[in-house]
This record gives sequence, structure tokens and C-alpha cells, in this order.
Amino acid sequence: MALPQIKADATKDRLIGMAIPACGAWATTARQDALNRLIAMGLPHKRDEYWRYTDPALLVGTEVSPSDALRTDTPIFMDKDKVRLIFVDGVFDADASDDPTLEGVEITRLVDAQAADVHWAQGLYGQLETAGQNPVDRPLAIMNTAFATDGVCIHVTGKPSKPLHISYRQSSDASDVVLHHVVKLDAGTELTLLETGTPGARSNVVLEADVADNATLHHVRPQGRAHNRAVATHLFARVGTEATLKSFTLAMNGKMTRNEFVADIIGDDAVVHVGGVCVGDGKDFHHDDTVFITHDALNGESRQVFKKVLRNAATGVFQGKILVKAGAQKTDGYQISQSLLLDEDAQFLAKPELEIYADDVACSHGSTTGAIDETALFYLRSRGVPEQQATTLLTLAFLAEALDEIADEALAEELRDRLEGWLARHG
Amino acid sequence: MTALDEVQVKDGVDQDTVDAVSALSGNYKYGWETEIEMEYAPKGVNTDIVKLISSKNNEPEWMTEWRLSAFERWQGLEEPTWAMVNYPDIDFQDIYYYARPKSMEEKPKSLDDVDPKLLETYKKLGIPLREQAILAGVEGAEMPEEGRKVAVDAVFDSVSVGTTFQKELEKAGVIFCSISEAIEKHPELVKKYLGTVVPPSDNFYATLNSAVFSDGSFVYIPPGVRCPMELSTYFRINAENTGQFERTLIIADKGSYVSYLEGCTAPKRDTAQLHAAVVEIIIEEDAEVKYSTVQNWYPGDEDGKGGIYNFVTKRADCRGDRSKVMWTQVETGSAVTWKYPSCILRGDDSQGEFYSIAIANNHQQADTGTKMIHLGKNTKSRIVSKGISAGVAQNTYRGLVSMHPKAKDSRNYTQCDSLLIGDKCGAHTVPYIEVKNNSSRVEHEATTSKIDDDQMFYCRSRGMDEEEAVALIVNGFAKEVLQALPMEFAMEAQALVAISLEGSVG
Repeated sequence: MALPQIKADATKDRLIGMAIPACGAWATTARQDALNRLIAMGLPHKRDEYWRYTDPALLVGTEVSPSDALRTDTPIFMDKDKVRLIFVDGVFDADASDDPTLEGVEITRLVDAQAADVHWAQGLYGQLETAGQNPVDRPLAIMNTAFATDGVCIHVTGKPSKPLHISYRQSSDASDVVLHHVVKLDAGTELTLLETGTPGARSNVVLEADVADNATLHHVRPQGRAHNRAVATHLFARVGTEATLKSFTLAMNGKMTRNEFVADIIGDDAVVHVGGVCVGDGKDFHHDDTVFITHDALNGESRQVFKKVLRNAATGVFQGKILVKAGAQKTDGYQISQSLLLDEDAQFLAKPELEIYADDVACSHGSTTGAIDETALFYLRSRGVPEQQATTLLTLAFLAEALDEIADEALAEELRDRLEGWLARHG
Repeated sequence: MTALDEVQVKDGVDQDTVDAVSALSGNYKYGWETEIEMEYAPKGVNTDIVKLISSKNNEPEWMTEWRLSAFERWQGLEEPTWAMVNYPDIDFQDIYYYARPKSMEEKPKSLDDVDPKLLETYKKLGIPLREQAILAGVEGAEMPEEGRKVAVDAVFDSVSVGTTFQKELEKAGVIFCSISEAIEKHPELVKKYLGTVVPPSDNFYATLNSAVFSDGSFVYIPPGVRCPMELSTYFRINAENTGQFERTLIIADKGSYVSYLEGCTAPKRDTAQLHAAVVEIIIEEDAEVKYSTVQNWYPGDEDGKGGIYNFVTKRADCRGDRSKVMWTQVETGSAVTWKYPSCILRGDDSQGEFYSIAIANNHQQADTGTKMIHLGKNTKSRIVSKGISAGVAQNTYRGLVSMHPKAKDSRNYTQCDSLLIGDKCGAHTVPYIEVKNNSSRVEHEATTSKIDDDQMFYCRSRGMDEEEAVALIVNGFAKEVLQALPMEFAMEAQALVAISLEGSVG
């Protein structure tokens, strides 16, 4: 059977019994539009070019593959003063969360925003996601727009004194979570957004971020440590003049992770950095970073820095693209994806792409894969460093460039310690 | 063409480069046509046409069957659309699949019997079918004392009109003839190797080619033989509305060596023409093949009218241990290029190299690159690709490096640079990297800033400023690539040396 037909049938089957959640007029319109788009596009299939290296079966199937819930919230960023918003199995838990009152930020639960007939989120919900569908289909994000059951809408009007922390907890081994967050930064504002933990046995999370002129958004996301979880995330961003967006993701463990990052640079002199570290052990580890950065303005700077450490048949995937549109002169685009394969069976699959329509730009990409440098290891051993410790040291050195993408040093240090612990346990 | 000197060129791109690109792609020198009486098969493709082509070549039944099964498969296939090229739909029934000069009805027994008009055509192209020491037209090329010999197989539309130096090659045991002749005279070799590297099921164009290929070249180098001269095939499309589907099969038996050159041109015409070739190379233990191409098909006019659609499948299979293949290509022609010369590194310690310079100007679109499939242990590959875009052209590097689990201790290095001249063109890079074992190293780089620090330091310590040093190193690098080309391509190569990739992007 031809692929479009297979996809159409699978999508039809998947949608049986699924209904758009009840909301106000604007949200119903946005969700209905998404449902129509989803039916026209079809859910992803492993024969799709964009899913060449990752089989989406676990993410799209009707059945949720169970994943043990780690019932306690992993303590993280405890030293940081922050406002915590807690979601348990994809449902906002007001009692467990901190009081969401914070100067310079206005926080509304998505269900409340969508129950209203008028809300600022109307201008963003599903809008950045829709823009991000061109030129590549991202049907999981469309599905999210149609069926998301919860999330937060964050309107940043100033420079809040502390970070917002979206913290996920999983309590059921079979929870299937669909969350959608909307973040709007007014001109000249700043926000640090932390997103931590495992939302559910399977989760589909979309974050739409509008970063207006001169605004800054820092996003740091350690993705939890549940072994059998399946995660699909999308971050859609629109970045204005002299605005900055920095996003960093850490993944340890995880049967299936697909993180898509889609940024549109529409204002001059904007900066977008996206980084990621993943460490995986075992054939039940599959991690996919898919990045698409579009430069549509002058003098933009973008960096993609992704590092992976893989062992025991773990699989790492990187698909990165820099698109420089005609007229986006003086763009500085950098992309690096590197993998360290700690033993014979691990694999790394990469597609680092450039598409350039402007002549006065500096764009480069690099990708390397290989084992630990034997010479460096020998050097350390000959100085009396035990092999395990030497390997950890060299691995952390390899990961350092990506961790450097995190602006807040305390956060970076904590993630580094976690990595060190993981490497010690998986040595 | 759009005069490149009218284009605002950004700082860092030197004028020599602009001039060289302009000279190479500006005035198409080979756009004239030979007036000669032709014989055509009816337009379109169907089983009768496939049978007709087969019977024109006096093929045995197994060959006809092979073609027919490919044709049957082709009817169920769809044209690939993944390449970054746009062109109007091709009406595959509006093409002549077989065209040969009337005078070729009786195969000439020797070159003396070939129609003088055909000989004149090749002479005008600088490829005289005389057994002389060196190809004409290579001005400025120095003549070695004992003379350099190049054997030529000349393919005119659908048929090979003659092959030179056959006798002398025979003495060395080398078989060099048209593929139609090989099917007649060496069926056991053809049957053993044809379709084993590019199977008839490979892809849309390769399958079509398997059904309707009319001629091409065949090379067999016996064990331990170093081919005494360079071999070359020159393809000329002359007839209008005709597709050229040639098939080349090269077999380098154990411990042998051959250098093979390929050239191609076509007249200027308003309508686009299709060229879908297949090249298969089999390399046994310790053997080495160098395959060089200067692709200079008519690129279309400055408004994008006409030109050749060049959809080519080329693949080398390094079957034996320590076998080696080197692809070198200079792509300056064709309206649309879709071409990925590939290496299957099956034998342990085998090596594949790919050097490419692709220049796209005006409305040209090139989507080209290579595949390096590492299967054997300790295999090595190197990819150096330089893409240059000017006018409103689009130039894409698309490549695959694949390290299979058993390809332990293998190595790949890839470098692809693109240069844009003017702000209306595009340059794209689409590499696929698949690594499935950890003792192999794969590096993909695409920056000019990654110049070797030691080389920089050396130049700087001799008093050069940074810019000079970079220019010297980059140019030196381009030269190194160009020196991989045989001397017969000296003219094109000389012009290309002026190209600097300073200011290029990854």
C-alpha cells in the first residue's frame, strides 16, 4: 500500500474515540483547525524522511507502553529560589504548586485561558506550531494542539525576580499526557523557565514561545530519569529584534525521546542558542534531537551544540538544519553534533543540514563520531588516574562545550554533577 | 548569460574566482549540431521499443529478458522527488529512445569505415578518433617524450561509433569496447557482472536505463595488468528530443589498475533533453580504478530554457581486500544534475575517494554528492566537495557515510564547502551520517575557518598576513583536488585553479 494511504488509515484508527476537549470559542476554533490539519497530514510513519532514524510507533500508537512511575519528584535545583508549577500525570496540581503570584509575570492555567471567550493566548496557541509546519510536517505537534488537556500560559511583562519551574510528576505507570504551554515575552522582558521531570509514561509536550524585541528567554530542561518513558516535545519559538533565546536539554535514560526545536528568527541581531546532552545505556535507549532554525533577518546568530554519550546498543540521532532565507545577510550559523560511543554496539545517526540563500553569511556545521581518545586515556592512566575515573573525566570534558550553553552557572554545575553520577553508575 | 561582473560580490570572494566561474559556464562552446541523417525508433517507450533496442544490438535472449523485466518493474515506479531540483514533468512517451546515424546501420569494421561526418564531429570537439598519441585540444599540455596514449570509445546518441587502440589493448589482455559489442563477444563477463552493482531494481532512472540502454562502454582489465593507457568514453547527444541512456561496465580484476575518463557535450536546444546513465565498477582484490568525469552537457540558456536533465547512477563496488576507487568529477554542465557516484567498501582495507567540483550558474540546478558504504574492516574514505553557485542557480551536496557494525576501525573524513556568488543563488548541504560501531571515526566538516593551525602558523611565521595565508592554503587545497584529474582535463582544470573558496560557507 502506498504510504499516504497507510498513514491516512492509521490516523483514522488512532482518532477513534478521541474528542476535542470542551473550551471557549477561540480555543475550539484553534483545536478544530488542528484536527483538520492532522487528518489531512496524517500521523508520522517510520517511512517518512523526517522519521528516517526514529520509529514513531511508540509515540503515535493507540496503546501506551507502560513505564514505571518514579513516585518521588527527583529533587532538582533545590538551591534555587523559584516558583514551582506542578503537573501530576499531566494535570495541574494547585495544592502541591507554589503560589503563582510573581511580579512581572501573569500565569494562567491553559484550561482557564481556553474556557474564556477572549484571552491573549489566542494569538499564539497553535499559531507558532502552524508556522513551524513549513517546510517540514510535524504532525505530533498538531495532534497536541488539537487534544492538549492542560498546560500554562505565561505572559512576561517585566523581569521577574526568580525563575518559573514547570515540574512534572508521574504517578501512574500507564499515563498518557498531552500538555501545551504558551509563553509570551513582551519587549525588553526576561524569563528563566525550568522544565523538569517525566510528565507520564508517554507524553507529548508542546511549548510555544514568542520572544519579542530585546526580550530574553532562558530555558533549561532536564528530562527526568524514567527508563521506559516515551517522550515527544516540540519547542516553537519566534524571536524578535535583538532578542535572545537559549534552550538546553539534558536527557538521561528514556526508551524513546524525540525533541524538536523550531525557531524562526524574524528580527535583526537576534541570538538563538540550543544545546543538548544525552547519555544512554542499553538497547532500550533512543534519543533524537531534531532542530530547525530559520534565519529571516539580518545579522542573526544561531548555535546548535549537541553531544551524546552512548553505550550498550544505545542509539543517538541528530537532525539539524540551518535555513538562511534570501536577504538574511550577515547570518552567523554554527552547528555541531558529536557522539562518543563507549562500546562497539552503540550507534549514532546524523543529518546535519544547511540550506542557504544569502551570500554574505558564515555558516558551518561539523559532526564527529568515535570512541574515547586512546592517547588521552593512556596519558591519564600513566599519571595514576584509574581507568574508570579517567573515562569519566574525558567524557565530561567532551560534554563541556554543550553544558557551557547554559547561562546560569549554578544550574550548569548541578547538571554536570548529575552527569558525573550517571557516568559513575554506568561505568 | 547574466554577466557576473554586474553582480555585487561580497568581500572576500576574489575576482579571479568570479572570472573563472564566468568563463567556465558562460559561453557554451559545444552547442553546435552535426547535420547527419538519423534513424529513429518510434517515440515513446513500451515493450516493443525495448525489444527493438535489444534486436538492433543483436542481443541474446537472456539480455532481452533482462531488459523486459526491468521495464515491467519501471512501470510500477514513481519518479523520485526528494532532490532539491525543480523541473517540469518529463513526458517519458515524448522521447526517442533510440537514434543512430544512418551510416551506422552496418557496423564499421574499422575506424577507416566510419562516416567522415562523425569523425569530423569528434575532431571538432577535440576528440579525434585517430590513434594518435595525445588528445588534441589540450592546449599548453606538455607532451611526454614517448607520447601519452588515450584510447577512446565514442558514443553518438544511441550508438558507439568506434573505439580506438583496441588492438594494442588486446595485446595487454584488456578488453575495451562498446557494451553492445561486449554482449555479443564476451557474454560470460557481461552476464556475470551486469547489474551486480546497480541492480535493475535500484531506482527509477537506473531501472529505466536497464530497460532501454542502447550502448556505452565496457572495460575488463585482467588480473595483474596495469592498463597501458588511459581509457576514455566521449558521449555526444546530437539528435533532438532524444534521450541518451548509456551503460558503462568496468571490471578491474585482481591486482589491476585503470584510469578512465568520461566527457560529454550536447548541442544548444530550446527543449530539455534527458540523459540517464548507469556506471557500474567492480574492483577485485588489490585492484585500483580512477574514474574522472568532466560533465559539460548543455546547461540551458540564461533564462533556463533547454539543457540536459542529467540523472545518473554511478557506483563502484570494492569487492576485494585492499581494492581502491577514486571518483573525480568536475560538473559544469546540465540544466539539472542528479548524481551520486558511490563506493561500496566491501573488502577489508578497501578505500574510496570522492573529489568533486560542481559549478552551477544561471538557472542550473545541481544535486550531487556521494555515498560511502563501509562494510569491510579498516576501510577508509575521503570526501572533498566544492560547490559554487552563481546567477539564480541552486547547488546541493547530498551524501551518505555509513559505517556498518562489522566495519571496525574504519575512517571517514568529509569536507564540503560552498561558495555563493551573488545573492540570488542557493547552496545547500544534506549529509547523512550513520555510525554503527565505535572503533570507526567519522568526521564531517564544512568550514573554511578550520584551516590547519600548523599550516597557518608556518605561513604567519614567514611574514604573511592572515588573509594571505588563508588564501594560499585554500588554493593549495583546491589544487590538490584538481591534480587528481588526468592531464586530458588540463584545460578545465587550469581554469578551475583560479577558483578560490575564500568566503565560502559550510
